[in-house]
Amino acid sequence: MIEAKEVSVFIGRRRIVADVAFTARPGEVTAIVGPNGSGKTTLLKALSGELPYEGRIAVNGRDLVAMKPAEAASLRAVLPQATSLAFPFTVREIVRLGLLGGRSGALAGESKRLPERALAKVDLDGFAGRFYQELSGGEQQRVQLARVLCQVWAPVLEGVPRYLLLDEPVSSLDIRHQLTIMDIARDFARRGGGVVAVLHDLNLTAMYADRIQVMRGGRQAASGAPQEVLVDPLLEKVFGCRLRVGAVPPGGAPFVLPQSAAAS
Amino acid sequence: MADQSIAGPSGMNRLARGGEDGDRAARARLAIVLLAVMLGAAMLFSLTSGASDASAWAVLRDWVSGAAANGSATDMRTRVIIQDIRLPRVLMGVLVGASLAVSGAVMQGLFRNPLADPGLIGISAGASLGAVAVIVLGATMLAPVVALLGPMTLPLAAFVGGLVATLILYRIATRQGRTSVATMLLAGIALAALAMALTGVLVYMADDRQLRDLTFWQLGSLAGATWQKIGTAGPVIVAALAATPFLARGLNALALGEATAGHLGIPVQRLKYVAIVSVSAAVGAAVAVSGGIGFVGIVVPHLLRLAIGPDNRYLLPASALLGAAMLLVADAVCRTIVAPAELPIGIITAAVGGPFFLWILLRKRSIVDL
Repeated sequence: MIEAKEVSVFIGRRRIVADVAFTARPGEVTAIVGPNGSGKTTLLKALSGELPYEGRIAVNGRDLVAMKPAEAASLRAVLPQATSLAFPFTVREIVRLGLLGGRSGALAGESKRLPERALAKVDLDGFAGRFYQELSGGEQQRVQLARVLCQVWAPVLEGVPRYLLLDEPVSSLDIRHQLTIMDIARDFARRGGGVVAVLHDLNLTAMYADRIQVMRGGRQAASGAPQEVLVDPLLEKVFGCRLRVGAVPPGGAPFVLPQSAAAS
Repeated sequence: MADQSIAGPSGMNRLARGGEDGDRAARARLAIVLLAVMLGAAMLFSLTSGASDASAWAVLRDWVSGAAANGSATDMRTRVIIQDIRLPRVLMGVLVGASLAVSGAVMQGLFRNPLADPGLIGISAGASLGAVAVIVLGATMLAPVVALLGPMTLPLAAFVGGLVATLILYRIATRQGRTSVATMLLAGIALAALAMALTGVLVYMADDRQLRDLTFWQLGSLAGATWQKIGTAGPVIVAALAATPFLARGLNALALGEATAGHLGIPVQRLKYVAIVSVSAAVGAAVAVSGGIGFVGIVVPHLLRLAIGPDNRYLLPASALLGAAMLLVADAVCRTIVAPAELPIGIITAAVGGPFFLWILLRKRSIVDL
């Protein structure tokens, strides 16, 4: 479990995240949503140990501050929003960097083939020999995800659950790959790992999240299951615009969207 | 994205393509073997060529047969030329070439930029200032230090000069964990200018004998190579180079940025620290014994990245081998082109390296973000 209590993050003198509590359980996809500038990414950076913070963050009960980089790296992998690359590495060389710590959890024989398997998972079969900088933004994002998957290939290693921290993992992807990537995240959670994802798309959030943390102005606005959080008054207050949450009728009954008439 | 153009799909980069699977490790290992052979050949060539007609082969035969120890097949003069002049010079060339090339590669990894080089960004100027201070003030102001440290004073002073320059530069160019390339280059120019002004003051104070030493030394040359210099600078350079293989994986991760390197489990702060100290030591010692030899640190790693890719596990050892070989060849040219006089080697490396630097800049203008 990743557990944060009264976490505040300052950038310069500005308090970007204020007294936030946060919990991500193994076996679940936990989404962080909220408007731009609400502190989602900053919270994730505190959880990953990238930014200094006040308060307490523990991963599987261990204080994050007390962890060496290598230990933290064996417990969680982090996908940043964007990654710029300094030198012309091939896709395989980038993905292989995920194996740097040697704690992928793959079987001894699997390790060498892991970059290919990770690439196949993110639908980039046959891209290993390409240069990273020659790829499109969405492809680059998926290469980075393959690297991240290599780092914590086994969601549970030696009985200890591990975590994926994903910052807007689908922001530059087409809809098919959005679903591919979110399926990977859900699968990771179903196999015993934990996933924390900053998301903008509330529909994807509703589809995939087991728990949702809503941020607003650096504070926690709400936290709970999708049915509890994705409700009209809360969303309108947090995002500052009129929103209507819809739901498919139970039992698979057919229904008609009135917009289809209005559009024609 | 500013970095896009670094590996733009230009023709040269296709050289480095690792075939279908993108794995360039086998090619890199082969390249290292070939470079080692090339370095061996360059050492032999360097040992056998020169202004004198002394036959290195005869001396080599003596070594192999053990004749040198008990009376000689070759005459005394030839032996002295080969063993006490050419051999230390060849070894010095190897040490200095390797040290400059590897330092360049490490700095480029650290700054995440292919144009970072100890010579360009003021480290060499700092080292130079330290060394000049010892040459000029060694008998007066710094006499107690010289008395304490003996022949180690010069390389140590150069090391400290290089280290101070590097630390200042890094502090200036890094803000909130991000190192600005433009700031780095410009601050490097300013630092180099400052160090050169102070060096100028020292030169102004120098007497005639010191002046001659200084001028020759500032142009850069392997001509002053002696066993004693190798004895003092050699261990520093070897120790610094020995540390770099441990940096390779960290520098690879650093190509993705400092934050991501940390997420991958690299102790980034320690990596930076070790890299800066090793580079300062290697450059300081190299500058102390050979003066201002520029551009090796840019040209060598850049050529190698085109051939074997940017993986530092292979790039660093390959840079050491190619840097050493290239410096030996340049030195051989210096010794023979105007024989029996010789050209300072810094002139050759600058004459080749300057245009090369411009070529990189023109091909990839956006790297420097200016």
